[in-house]
Amino acid sequence: MNRIYLDHNATTPVEPAVLDAMLPFFSSEFGNASSIHTFGQRARAAVETAREQVAALINARPQEIVFTSGGTESDNHAIFGVTQAHLPVRPGTHIGTTSIEHEAVLNTCQVLEKEGVAVTYLPVSRDGLIDLDGLRKAVRPETVLITVMHANNELGTIQPLEEIGRIAVEHDVYFHTDAVQTVGKIPVDVKALQLDLLSLSGHKLYAPKGIGAIFIKGGTRLRQLLYGGHHQRGYRPGTENVAGIVGLGKAAELARLSLAEDAARVSALRDKLEQGLLSRIADSRANATRAPRTPNTSNITFPGIEGEALIIALDLKGLACSTGAACSSGAVEPSHVLTAIGLPASEARASIRFSLGRHTTAAEIDTALEIVPAAVAQLRQLSPTYKKEASAHH
Amino acid sequence: MSRQAQLDSLPAAAEPQPGLVAVAMSGGVDSSTVAALLLQQGRPVVGLTMQLWNQRRLPELQGDGPAQHRCCSLDDVYDAKRVAQHLNFLHYVVNFEEQFEQRVVRPFVEEYLAGRTPIACTNCNTDVKFEPLLRMARQIGAEQLATGHYARIRWDEATGRYQLLRARDESKDQSYFLWGLTQEQLSRSEFPLGELTKEQVRNLARSVALPVAEKPESMELCFVPNGNYVQFIHAYSRETGKPLKDQEGDIVTEDGTVVGRHTGVHNYTIGQRKGLGFATGRPIYVLAIDPEKNRVIVGEDDALRATTLEIENVNWVSIAEPAAPLRAYVKIRHKHEPAPARVEVLPGLCARITFDAPQRAITPGQAAVLYDGDLVLAGGWIK
Repeated sequence: MNRIYLDHNATTPVEPAVLDAMLPFFSSEFGNASSIHTFGQRARAAVETAREQVAALINARPQEIVFTSGGTESDNHAIFGVTQAHLPVRPGTHIGTTSIEHEAVLNTCQVLEKEGVAVTYLPVSRDGLIDLDGLRKAVRPETVLITVMHANNELGTIQPLEEIGRIAVEHDVYFHTDAVQTVGKIPVDVKALQLDLLSLSGHKLYAPKGIGAIFIKGGTRLRQLLYGGHHQRGYRPGTENVAGIVGLGKAAELARLSLAEDAARVSALRDKLEQGLLSRIADSRANATRAPRTPNTSNITFPGIEGEALIIALDLKGLACSTGAACSSGAVEPSHVLTAIGLPASEARASIRFSLGRHTTAAEIDTALEIVPAAVAQLRQLSPTYKKEASAHH
Repeated sequence: MSRQAQLDSLPAAAEPQPGLVAVAMSGGVDSSTVAALLLQQGRPVVGLTMQLWNQRRLPELQGDGPAQHRCCSLDDVYDAKRVAQHLNFLHYVVNFEEQFEQRVVRPFVEEYLAGRTPIACTNCNTDVKFEPLLRMARQIGAEQLATGHYARIRWDEATGRYQLLRARDESKDQSYFLWGLTQEQLSRSEFPLGELTKEQVRNLARSVALPVAEKPESMELCFVPNGNYVQFIHAYSRETGKPLKDQEGDIVTEDGTVVGRHTGVHNYTIGQRKGLGFATGRPIYVLAIDPEKNRVIVGEDDALRATTLEIENVNWVSIAEPAAPLRAYVKIRHKHEPAPARVEVLPGLCARITFDAPQRAITPGQAAVLYDGDLVLAGGWIK
C-alpha cells in the first residue's frame, strides 16, 4: 500500500541530504566538540557551522542560538528561565500567554502557577487569533514574559507577532514565541518580530527528532534549565549531540533556500485539498480560514462523525492525518485549541487536521480527495447523530 | 510448527479488505488470545483498546506512583500494543471516557445511592462495548467485533434469531453479563473463546508466545481501585460536586425495632452479614435498604429468602417474547446456581418470576437471567 502522509505538523521525514550530512558524525567524525584534539576540533567546527545555518534561517546571530533536545526543552528553558531569573521568584510575577499554546508551554505555566506565579491565558477569536487590546490590558508592572506561539499546530493560525513584539518593547517585557510550527515553513525574523526568545524543533523541518534550538537574544537574563559542564557557554550543559546538530543545521539551510518555493507550492495543494473536501462533503467547514495560516495546514470539521474513528478509518485506507492531541495512552483527547475557538465539544471531536509537507504531491491530494469523502460518508451512515442533524434541517 | 513459522503464517497488518474483524483488546490474556486465534484462521484483524477512565481523576484513591493493574492503566494499554506488535497487526487506542462515565460510572454510583446493588459490567457490555465501540469498529471498516468473553453466539434457523449460549467452560461463563445484547449487536459480535477452557486459552497464548500469556486475571471492578467501591462512591461524589454526607441512620428489624446504627445506606448490600456493628445470638443479615427513610432493615436468614421477583427492561435474547408463561432456570447473581421458576411476561418490558423454591438475597439492581439449558432466553433488572 502506498501510504499518504498528511501529518507533517506532527513530524517530518529526515531529508536525504540531511541524513547524508549527519552520517559521518556517528562514526568517523565521532569527536566530542569540547575536546581539544583534532577529533574535537572537527566536531566543534561542524557544530558551529550548524549554529550559523540555524541563525541565518531566523536572522539571529550564531552566538544567540543554543541547541537543545527539541521544542519542549526550549519552551521550558525560556519560560522557567525568564520567570526564575531571580530566585526566589518575586511576589506577583506575571506571565501573559494564550489559551491555545502547545502543552510544552501550557503545562510549564501551570507548574509556575503552583509556585505562585500569575498567568493570564488570553482567549482567541473564532479564527484562533489573540486580541491585541486584550494583551495590552493584561500586561502589568509585574509581567516578566509574554509567550505567544507563532503558529498553532492544530489550526495553522499565525499570530501577529510583530504587533505583540511592539507591545512587549513598550512595556519592557521579555517576549518568547514557540515557533516550532513556523520555522522552515514561513519567513521568521527574530529582529523584525523583536523577539527575545524563540523555540524551534528539528523534526518539524526535516531534521531528526531529539534536536532543537532556542534563540536567546544577547543580554537576556535567563536562569539555565540544566546544570553541568560549560557546554554552549553554560546555557545548555551536556555533550553536544553533534550528529543531530549537523542535521538541524543542514535542514535549516535547505529550508532557507527552498522556503518561498515550498510555501507557494504547498499552499496551492492545501487549498486544493481544502476546497475539494468542502465541495465534496456536505456540511463540512474549514476552521480558522479568515486568519493568516501556515501554508500547509487545514483543519476541517465534519459534523456527525467522531474524528478518532475517521483517523483510524483513513489510516486503514492508507492516509495518515490527525485530530486533537494524543494522551499518554495514545487515545485522542478533546482539543483545547478547538474548544478555545468556540467549537462545541461534538464539533471539536468531529474535526480533522491535514498537514502537508515539502514532498506532498498533487497525485496524493487527488487520492485523498477520493478517500476522505468516502470514509466520511461511511462514518456518517453509521452515525446516530448525523441522521438527526440532517433530519432537523428538513 | 516453529514459533517463527507460525508468526510468518500470520497475515501482515490489516488492509481494508472484506472480513476485517476488530478485536476489543483489554491487554489481558483472553482478548489477546482472541486476536491470535483469528489470525490463525487467516482473518484480517485490527485491535482496539478502549480508554475508559482517566486514572488521574480521583487522586485520593491512588497509591503512590503511576496507576497499575487497573482499568485503562498504561500498563494494560502497553500490553495490548505489545501483543499487536508481536502478532503484527494494527492497533489503536480509542477514547470512550465520556461514554463510560455517562453510561457506566454515573449510573453505578446513582444506583448504590438509591440503595440498589448495580452490575457495572453489564452496562459496560450493553452500552459501551457493543454500542459505541461496535459502531466505531463498523465505521472504520470492520464487519465484526470480537471480544474475549466466555460465551457463545449461534445463528438459529428455526427461530430466525442469533442465540446467546453459556460458555463451554461453565466456570468461566460470562453470559450472565451479556443478556442485554440485541439481535443487531449479536449479529455483529464474535466470542471466539466460548468453546474453550481457560487452560486451553492460556496454552494457546503460550504457543504463540504472547507477551501476556502468564498475566494474572483481573477480578475487580475495573475502575474501582482495590475493590473499595464505598471509597470510590465518596471520591466520585466529591469530585462531581455532590459530596456525600455519611448520613447515619437506624438499623431496624422488619417490625421496625431499632437494633443498631448504620454509617450510610450505600455502605450496605443485601445479604451482607459482616460489619453490621452489633452482635446477636443468631446470624443477622441485611434484608433490604430503604434510602428514603434512611434505614437498613435486617433479619434472620429465612427472612432473606423469597419466591417471587419482578424484572424490568427485559431483553428477549434467544427467543422472541413469549405469549404464554414459560418455565426457565433463573440466575439472580453472577455466582448464583440457576433455579427453576415460572416466568410470566408483564406489560412494559417487565416480567414476574416465581421460583419453585425460595431463593436467598434477591437484590434490586442485580440482573435476573433466564436460561433453558445453555441457552440465554432473556434477562432483566431486578426491581
